[in-house]
Amino acid sequence: MVNNENHSQIHPMTLPLTSLVPGQIASVCAIHVGEALQHRLHAMGFRAGKRVRLIRQAAFRGPLHVRIDSTDIIIRHRDAHCIELRLT
Amino acid sequence: MKRIALLGMPNTGKSTLFNRLTGGSARVGNWPGITVDLLAAKIPVGGAIAELVDLPGIYDLHGYSDDERVVRHFLEEQSIDLLLILVNGVQLERQLVLALQLAELGIPAVLLVNMIDEARSLGLSIDCGKLGAEIELPVVAISAKYGEGRQAMGQTMAHTLLTGGNARPGTAILRLAEDDRIEQRAAALAAQTMRAPLVLPERLTDRLDRLAMHNVLGLPLFFLTMLGVFAGVFWLGEPLQNGMQFLFDAFSTHVLEPALAPAPDLLRGFLIEGLYGGITTVAVFVPVIVLFFLFMALVEDSGYLSRAAYLMDALMARLGLDGRSFVMLLMGFGCNVPALMGTRVMRSRALRLLSMLVIPFSLCSARLQVFLFIIAALFTPWQAPWVLMSLYLMSFTLAFLTALLFKGRRAFRSEEPFVIELPPYRLPTLRQIWARGWMEVRHFLVRASKIIIAGVVLVWLLTHLPAGVAPAGPASYAGMIGHVMQPVLGPLGIDEKLTVALIFGFVAKEVVIGALAVIYGLNGDALTSQIAHSLNWIQAYSFMLFCLIYTPCLSTIATLRSESRSLRYTAFAVAWPLALAWFASFVFFQIASRM
Repeated sequence: MVNNENHSQIHPMTLPLTSLVPGQIASVCAIHVGEALQHRLHAMGFRAGKRVRLIRQAAFRGPLHVRIDSTDIIIRHRDAHCIELRLT
Repeated sequence: MKRIALLGMPNTGKSTLFNRLTGGSARVGNWPGITVDLLAAKIPVGGAIAELVDLPGIYDLHGYSDDERVVRHFLEEQSIDLLLILVNGVQLERQLVLALQLAELGIPAVLLVNMIDEARSLGLSIDCGKLGAEIELPVVAISAKYGEGRQAMGQTMAHTLLTGGNARPGTAILRLAEDDRIEQRAAALAAQTMRAPLVLPERLTDRLDRLAMHNVLGLPLFFLTMLGVFAGVFWLGEPLQNGMQFLFDAFSTHVLEPALAPAPDLLRGFLIEGLYGGITTVAVFVPVIVLFFLFMALVEDSGYLSRAAYLMDALMARLGLDGRSFVMLLMGFGCNVPALMGTRVMRSRALRLLSMLVIPFSLCSARLQVFLFIIAALFTPWQAPWVLMSLYLMSFTLAFLTALLFKGRRAFRSEEPFVIELPPYRLPTLRQIWARGWMEVRHFLVRASKIIIAGVVLVWLLTHLPAGVAPAGPASYAGMIGHVMQPVLGPLGIDEKLTVALIFGFVAKEVVIGALAVIYGLNGDALTSQIAHSLNWIQAYSFMLFCLIYTPCLSTIATLRSESRSLRYTAFAVAWPLALAWFASFVFFQIASRM
């Protein structure tokens, strides 16, 4: 990624979780889902400011494997699309 | 008696701790107002006996899944003297949220920080004393798997139970608005009490996952592993099976027959050919089933099934299901009943109902016995594995086909999100495998033995009454039933005798071979060769297809009913496989016998 830290602070660049490439890290800035899922995601560690790392994605637009702190999570492409991240 | 409730998030090692505390002596308890089964056991705590209840793993007290509702309901309705709150030490910050929610209920509680061994190996250290002082709860670090911290845990539990611990005026289940405050507190607490290295060391799990979750190699590897499990079960099981058969035969010839020689013919026939023959024919398969459950416990506890869920989700999504449905299908290989109950983790009713519709197509261990028996009689040892594999493939195909056909229906259409945790690989201890395997096996034996004895006795009566008829002949009740059903089952190549076995298979599939033993009045090798003579392979395969697909056993139906709470759905879940079984066997038999 070309952004350096200053650059991203001036132009906060947000992108859905699905746009990360394996190995890339970004932090959660918004979650656009219903209340029930919001709750579950929260409990699993998707909270504002948390750093998320994409480990890998399954073939045929299958689920994503991400890591937050020491928790590994599998999330379906459609659901991951609702999670908005900011590159740091 | 005092009551202790064990609570925690999924994947915290809750069942391992429960098994360790109870020594596997748990029974399904009955709770007023709670519709699901909860395990409970009596355990000694500080010289007195207390009741320990295992509550389902939940993420959140305010969640919307059935499990979360159950826990909420339990906490509100039942009197609890001590709450054991279990958290995974590796994920302390995240899990403290639930612990803090629970602590605010005002019930005396102990916080157990589990998997301290894993935390240590990742370089994490947790200051339990400080944490305890901050949250005003006793905190004990343990490893449920290896028994570390067992003594401190026991003493703390006893002390808290005796003194009423830190009981304070509790709030009712907290409002949602409080959650933000709790989350901030959890983060602050974790920061104060936990020290973690800046970069977590690469774990063995990460290296294994590069292969196991590989986009190309992952799935073939998974199916090879499952194949290996099955091959291992049969390879180890066969000599045991032969040994059992030998012992049963010897007991019959040298003990039973001489002892019963003076008894009247009818009684002797009933006891030897009916009861003994029927039960031992089924019992011969017990070692294979035991091995099977032990291997499944190993695969399940290792964490590999979560990888299977990841690999299969893309396909399952197109069938209106998800990765968890696939895992439950696999669990159904053991027994459909726990697999059906496992769908409780799904929040959407539509997804649950569709998953529960396809799970009964899983070739469970009871059906496996029938197939092993028939395949051994009709096919060469070289053909046998392929025949069995074709049945497993058929089992998956029909489950997928059913999902595909019905996923568009309103009752089965869901938008359920798919978000699950991926636990690291864990090598279960022998003790854990044994506890898990033994629990399943005991459940199976209790269920099977009652039903098999009743089934075998009934079949004997049907085949030998009215008095004086030729056993299982056209004049016996069994013969009459078979005759009546012939217009329906004849076109599938299923004759009168097999028909009676099929009818009893409706109650439980284990009864099928027991029934065959009674119907033919033979057991062991004699029965096998009799069946080889009276059936051709096309009839036998058609019979197996029907057995695989048709109505699951009574326990499965009862579970479908209690889990769905809908008679209409249950009726459909019984009728659809029955229709499909008839159709599949009909097509197979008619085509194969014309070739």
